[in-house]
Amino acid sequence: MMAVAANELVEDFVSPAGAAADDLRLGIVGAGKLGTTLARAAIAAGYEVAISGSGQADDIALTVEVLAPGAHAATTGEVVRHADMIVLAVPTHRFRELPPDLFAGKILVDAMNYWEPVDGDDPELATAPDGTSKVVQERFPSARVVKSLNQLSYHQLDENQRPTGAPDRIAIGSAGDDRLAVRKVMRLVHRLGFDPVDVGPLENGLALEPDGSPLAVTYTADELSKLASG
Amino acid sequence: MTNHFEFGLDAFLPVTVDRSGSPVSGDQVIRNTVEEAVLAEAVGIDSFNIGEHYRTEFMDSAGHVILAAIASRTERIRLGTSVTVLSTQDPVRLYTEFATLDALSNGRAQLIVGRGSLTDSFPLFGFDLADYEELFEEKLDLLVRLLREQPVTWSGKFRSALTDQLVSPPIPEGHIPTWVGVGGSPQSVVRAARFGLPLMLAIIGGRPERFAPYVELYRRALEQYGQPELPIGLHSLGFVAETDEDATKIQWPFYKEQFEWAARERGWRPPTYEQFQAEVDHGSMYVGSPETVARRIATVIRTLSLSRFDLHYAIGRVPHEDRLAMIDLYGREVMPRVRELLAEAPETDDALTTGVSS
Repeated sequence: MMAVAANELVEDFVSPAGAAADDLRLGIVGAGKLGTTLARAAIAAGYEVAISGSGQADDIALTVEVLAPGAHAATTGEVVRHADMIVLAVPTHRFRELPPDLFAGKILVDAMNYWEPVDGDDPELATAPDGTSKVVQERFPSARVVKSLNQLSYHQLDENQRPTGAPDRIAIGSAGDDRLAVRKVMRLVHRLGFDPVDVGPLENGLALEPDGSPLAVTYTADELSKLASG
Repeated sequence: MTNHFEFGLDAFLPVTVDRSGSPVSGDQVIRNTVEEAVLAEAVGIDSFNIGEHYRTEFMDSAGHVILAAIASRTERIRLGTSVTVLSTQDPVRLYTEFATLDALSNGRAQLIVGRGSLTDSFPLFGFDLADYEELFEEKLDLLVRLLREQPVTWSGKFRSALTDQLVSPPIPEGHIPTWVGVGGSPQSVVRAARFGLPLMLAIIGGRPERFAPYVELYRRALEQYGQPELPIGLHSLGFVAETDEDATKIQWPFYKEQFEWAARERGWRPPTYEQFQAEVDHGSMYVGSPETVARRIATVIRTLSLSRFDLHYAIGRVPHEDRLAMIDLYGREVMPRVRELLAEAPETDDALTTGVSS
């Protein structure tokens, strides 16, 4: 398994000020705990964010205004049109309600986790031999799925954003088969205030799931790289 | 600013051990809990609230029956839930149980309804988890109507329709105050405001000040829906002993054990002692001497403008005797000290003083 530490990628990361505008657009599908937390972090990192719930934009307008000021409350269709990179942050037992071709050509960041006690019995996800993100990729075959942003609880995401080089900056892994997509997601992770770690192809995302040790634990990039390649 | 402030205790009835470390039988745990509630009233605690779980380590699957037993042994303490998993209950049955409890207890019944963090009740009672959201919305709608405006004419997707239905026993207006329990879902905060119901935040990890935006969201949503200002409460975990050292010494091993089980089930890493201590120092976990715990509670009350604080007392299989000692300290020392600290505090103009039954 390939594990690339953040410092090997530093030259890849342009500052937000120098980034192309379309590189600083982010879509988020799901306006719950995780979706609104990520929206807030992305706004702070200089992104233009569109976010949707399961219904009309008006249904989440107040939530977005209070919890993620600056983000646009939108429909899911509008979110997909807004950006090339979309974070999927819906309850895991509901992602199959979205149309299979919805994310055609888009980078789709799978930030979901499957926990039986919360999501109920889902034989397909429970027995997925190469991780649940493979199931997500099969559901959305034309999307470029990257598993990332799933490892931390929403309050850990909220409380642990740190500038580059901070001694207590923690790591978030990304796994995907489309290597360019993985690089782009790592750039997002970096800008959100975390050290990005490439944990390899999508099936390696299994190491980031609830049965792997990184879940809900804060690791440095070195620690996470070691774990992911162990 | 807090002339009406409620202190509650929340119990999930974990199967405890005795002081020698041997497991206590489940039926004994249920009877012990009644004794704990009787003591809670004797030391001035405002409410006693029972959870709802369907797993072998908890004995709180029929909380209303236990509350009825407590009602017959007490006169003043309010009796409620923490939290009723409304999505898999029949609102009509829930109404009959709590209206009866309200009658038995002379008007002391109350509810917190929520979606619950566990989903064991879905397969157990034949519900589909895919309907999670719709079930809660529909059942809350029917429950609120039964509480507020009988006879009820109602139809929904998940149960038979009602036409001019009266359900007995009747309750006086404003009885059975019903709060909505929320664990961090913004939609749930907005829903509580839309129904005009008070908000109970459940914070079991992380810094409590992180929830200030949710308080703001609730206020703004109440305004948007034309609802009056309503109180906000907090449910969190904790344990009190004579000294900080004693509290940690008794609580930590049981906390560790409890979270190791949860970690195994959910695929988390079990917590370290350092993480436990970090939650105690900066999170929303109230473990320590009466002075330490009172200071932390007073701070969170001010930060989140709370009108109610429910302590889930003792985490895990802490013995009955230690629970009794904790309840005694909580009522006699922590609560008066919190009130004292709040009276000393600089005036903040945003605290609510609304009573829970208004």
